[in-house]
Amino acid sequence: MAMECLIGIKFDDFVLIATDMSHIQSIMVQKSDDDKIHKLSSHLVMAVAGEAGDTTQFAEYIAKNIQLYKMRNGYELHPSSAVHFTRHTLATHLRSREPYFVNLLMGGYNPAINKSELYYMDYLAASVPVNYYAFGYGGMFTLSIMDQEYHSNMTREAGYELLKKCIGEVKRRFVINLPKFRVRIISKEGISDMPTIIAKGEAA
Amino acid sequence: MARRYDSKTTIFSPEGRLYQVEYAMEAIGHAGTCLGILANDGIVLAAERRNTNKLLDDVFLSDKIYVINEDMACCVAGITSDANVLTNELRAIAQRHTLQFGEPMPCEQLVMRLCDIKQAYTQYGGKRPFGVSILYMGWDNRHGYQLYQSDPSGNYSGWKATCIGNSSAAAVSILKQEYKEGETDLYEAQLLALKVMSKTLDMTKLNAEKLELATLVRKGDKTEILVKPADKVKELIKEHEQREAKAEAAKQDKAGKSKDK
Repeated sequence: MAMECLIGIKFDDFVLIATDMSHIQSIMVQKSDDDKIHKLSSHLVMAVAGEAGDTTQFAEYIAKNIQLYKMRNGYELHPSSAVHFTRHTLATHLRSREPYFVNLLMGGYNPAINKSELYYMDYLAASVPVNYYAFGYGGMFTLSIMDQEYHSNMTREAGYELLKKCIGEVKRRFVINLPKFRVRIISKEGISDMPTIIAKGEAA
Repeated sequence: MARRYDSKTTIFSPEGRLYQVEYAMEAIGHAGTCLGILANDGIVLAAERRNTNKLLDDVFLSDKIYVINEDMACCVAGITSDANVLTNELRAIAQRHTLQFGEPMPCEQLVMRLCDIKQAYTQYGGKRPFGVSILYMGWDNRHGYQLYQSDPSGNYSGWKATCIGNSSAAAVSILKQEYKEGETDLYEAQLLALKVMSKTLDMTKLNAEKLELATLVRKGDKTEILVKPADKVKELIKEHEQREAKAEAAKQDKAGKSKDK
């Protein structure tokens, strides 16, 4: 659903992914500690938003297939190949009787060539490598901030501050309440959690 | 009695053997020789061409070496029509992988997938196994240059240098003696291939028409697979013969000197 917000930013040697923690059903918040970031492999995550059942189902299907690949072959898929596989799967289902309604961001790090990667993918299976992107209405308030302040060589701290700024703006301007964001970082060392961002300040 | 276990592939003999699979391997023992050598900077495949006839149309540059995808090629020993089915399958498997993952298929995976098919024909439904052994040369970003061999039973293995087909055992033993690990460049590997071929084929003199030669090298971030045209093969044969003559002369010189003493 467009009310959900996924933010991803790619820097030179790491990727930051932030997702809101609200699980919304109709006009009701069902849960406020939801995790929309799925781990696919040691250096790859997928942030998913969309139809509630589809998100989990699709993310798990992809995650398990990527794990199966690793078991069969003894090595993991590179992020770009995993993204290609995801896009292919989504595209195959799109023209079937059961399309998945999911929008996603895939952030990863390829240790073989020391490169961080971020991909946009929407429910129509359009996949684009991007430096930063934000899905949902949240994107309307935050993309311009990132346009203004993004530099690929920012430090982790600076990147985190940029995220905070974006999330603050969502809190200030967006009519829907998305107070908390889960943040993960993907780098050479793998995937790790960063402190949850709770937007401060009042609505404008 | 043994006949009872000959007619079906799916049945073990009392001694625990699968005759049809063994016969298929036997068929390959009569096929043209194929050999592959791994060098530091590339791989070479050489194959013996059997059906040379001046009336044969030469629209085909090669009939034993097949390019599979941008990073792999193979040469086959055995029944050519069976081989055609398998190489078609190889190409389809490789393209399906590229379609799904957006990258060329890692070499071992492709070999493994084909071997699953070969194995199935030794087990299911009264079919005969494929009478084909294959040498694969390839490059992938995980393991670099690779050389594999697979046989009708569905077994496969990786090699630095190996040989299939007619008198392959003799060829392998020569390769064992002559192959210098880590010191062979592609040019030397090609000459070694010719040397082994000349020693194992029933020919007094190597003939470019009876040989197929292909190389695989990485250039920049592309793999270059070259099936050598006849004049290039001729050049290599010439160099090989010069070296042999030199070696022979040196030998005789030495023998002469020791006689003088």
